[in-house]
Amino acid sequence: MAGLRHFLNRHGKRLVVGLPLAWLLLFFALPLVEVAQTSFTEPRRGIPPFLPLWGFGEDGFFTHFNLENYGLLAQYSQDYLRPAGNSVRLAFFSTLICLLFAYPMAWWIARAGPSQRAILLVLVMLPFWTSSLLRIYALIGLLNPNGFINGMLIQLGLIEAPLRMMQTDFSIYMGMLLTYLPLMILPLYAVMIRLDEDLIDAAADLGASRTEIFRTIVLPLTMPGIIAGSLLVFIPAVGEFVIPALLGGPEQVMIGKVLWTEFFRNRDWPVASAIAMLLLAILALPIIYARYQDGRETALDRADATRGEAP
Amino acid sequence: MSQSPFIRIRNVTRRFGDVVAVDDLSLDIDRGELFCLLGASGCGKTTLLRMLAGFESVDSGSIEIDGIDMSRVPPAVRPVNIMFQNYALFPHMSVADNIAYGPRRAGLQRAEVEARVEELLRLVRMSGMGRRKPHQLSGGQRQRVALARALARRPKLLLLDEPLAALDKKLREDTQFELVDIQEKLETTFIVVTHDQEEAMTLASRIGVMEAGKLVQVDSPRTLYDHPKNSFIADFLGTVSFLDGRVDSLSGGMAQISGPIPVTAVDPGGLTVGDQVRMAIRPEKISLTRSPSGAVNEVEVTVEDMAFTGVASNYRVLGPGGVLLKLTQPNMRRGEPALEWEDTGFAAFDPADVVLLRE
Repeated sequence: MAGLRHFLNRHGKRLVVGLPLAWLLLFFALPLVEVAQTSFTEPRRGIPPFLPLWGFGEDGFFTHFNLENYGLLAQYSQDYLRPAGNSVRLAFFSTLICLLFAYPMAWWIARAGPSQRAILLVLVMLPFWTSSLLRIYALIGLLNPNGFINGMLIQLGLIEAPLRMMQTDFSIYMGMLLTYLPLMILPLYAVMIRLDEDLIDAAADLGASRTEIFRTIVLPLTMPGIIAGSLLVFIPAVGEFVIPALLGGPEQVMIGKVLWTEFFRNRDWPVASAIAMLLLAILALPIIYARYQDGRETALDRADATRGEAP
Repeated sequence: MSQSPFIRIRNVTRRFGDVVAVDDLSLDIDRGELFCLLGASGCGKTTLLRMLAGFESVDSGSIEIDGIDMSRVPPAVRPVNIMFQNYALFPHMSVADNIAYGPRRAGLQRAEVEARVEELLRLVRMSGMGRRKPHQLSGGQRQRVALARALARRPKLLLLDEPLAALDKKLREDTQFELVDIQEKLETTFIVVTHDQEEAMTLASRIGVMEAGKLVQVDSPRTLYDHPKNSFIADFLGTVSFLDGRVDSLSGGMAQISGPIPVTAVDPGGLTVGDQVRMAIRPEKISLTRSPSGAVNEVEVTVEDMAFTGVASNYRVLGPGGVLLKLTQPNMRRGEPALEWEDTGFAAFDPADVVLLRE
């Protein structure tokens, strides 16, 4: 017992950091490396459906390095880039729509009384507690030609024939909004709750109109929340393929769908991996660059402060 | 025109639910005055300030600034600016941009804005620091930037909400004088809200003491201190010892008052024999000696508590009948053997220094 306590006292801190780190390495970094490797292998029939990238055979160490998968992506760019474009477009507009809905909602929650705030936040998160698939099917039930909304409108005599809402952009974006809205509201709420109301009063006192207050004070100060929320929505939205598959028409192929097809239908794991890597590059590079710029700005601020002299 | 006061507050009332924050309050303030609203937290002083700035509406009554009724004028248009207690500097803007915010909204030309920012930075002794961000400044610097920003639109009236509360004691003393200097230089009317009586006394030419939404007394700091209207003000402004008694006789402008300690006091007029009175005596007006001096109001006391503060020593002594007297003895000479705990001595005060309060 004493030995364990001694061990924990000495290495406790390392253990606390080390365990999750090991977990991340094992289940996040290694699979990523695996996917990256697979994207450079040659496909074959068998299990697994690709030749090993490197190994030790009868002739000693060998490698099968293959750039053909990326070549295929370039060669059939129409088939791969268009879905990628579709996905980025879908993700972009979904993010924008979520932002437009979430911004006023988060503001309203942040400005509500403390007890109301707790309830409203729970309501925001409540949908997360049911299966997202169920919620999508509920939406289908609402939007169907013989669904609730069309039924109501016809009953009221507002329309004669049912409106086509399913399998349109409208239904896809409704599904995206329904699924991703909380991810946008929460980070926005987190910055808005910390926004000092005196700043708004001060701006008004200094002669700013409502729009000027929004443009010069509220918007810049909530920007971290906008960025965080947008990333949280945009990144999974690019890879989203359940919602377009269930709510959208057949003409809009998303990159997630292509990935799925390559992987499960064509059993072309190397190409599927190459697509995944491409997607990763499209998504990760701008974010890493943005973070890097952000960090540099902070560092510059610090340098300014230390360089400046005391009055 | 010059006869009418610069700020005229008439019968202003403001309620929040059941609470009357400001209760039928009237007050005139002259142009160029440095007026202080003093009161404990929750007395309504901040509400009054926010009504002057236009952030709170007035339930009834009127506020006039420079002859113009303010009831329908929004904050942005009022010739009034406010310096917030926590300064409310825009954290994402540089010092210069903070100061330029007001002038830019007023549509001033770029060169004009820059010139004004420079001028204000010089005024608050922050030249050359325009490019810093607020989080890179010390508390005192932030306070000065907030002042500069509030002055940037050249307001006719500047409201300051606890301007020095966030500063430490030493800095506060320096800043007090700076603030008064700037006010005198600009001749802008300042209204300062504070709960700190010392701050109010050093800053203001006139102080209005507020309690429960009403102005209890409006006077110069000296008058408030020496002639408080009631025991609340006597107690609120500095330290005071209270004695209760009954008027025994009146003769030759003097009143003889009986009680646990018999007191001779100067008759302020209007007293009759048999009146119950409360007397207030300031600590520095009571002397403490080892042996009796034969003065008029002298009682034997025991030292109950004593605190050495450097400039002076503060005593709490018990007189006859267990009456507590608080007094301050300046440390005039070095090494003088002072009275210590449990020592007996003699406390005395002049009849002219007894403030008679009727209530």
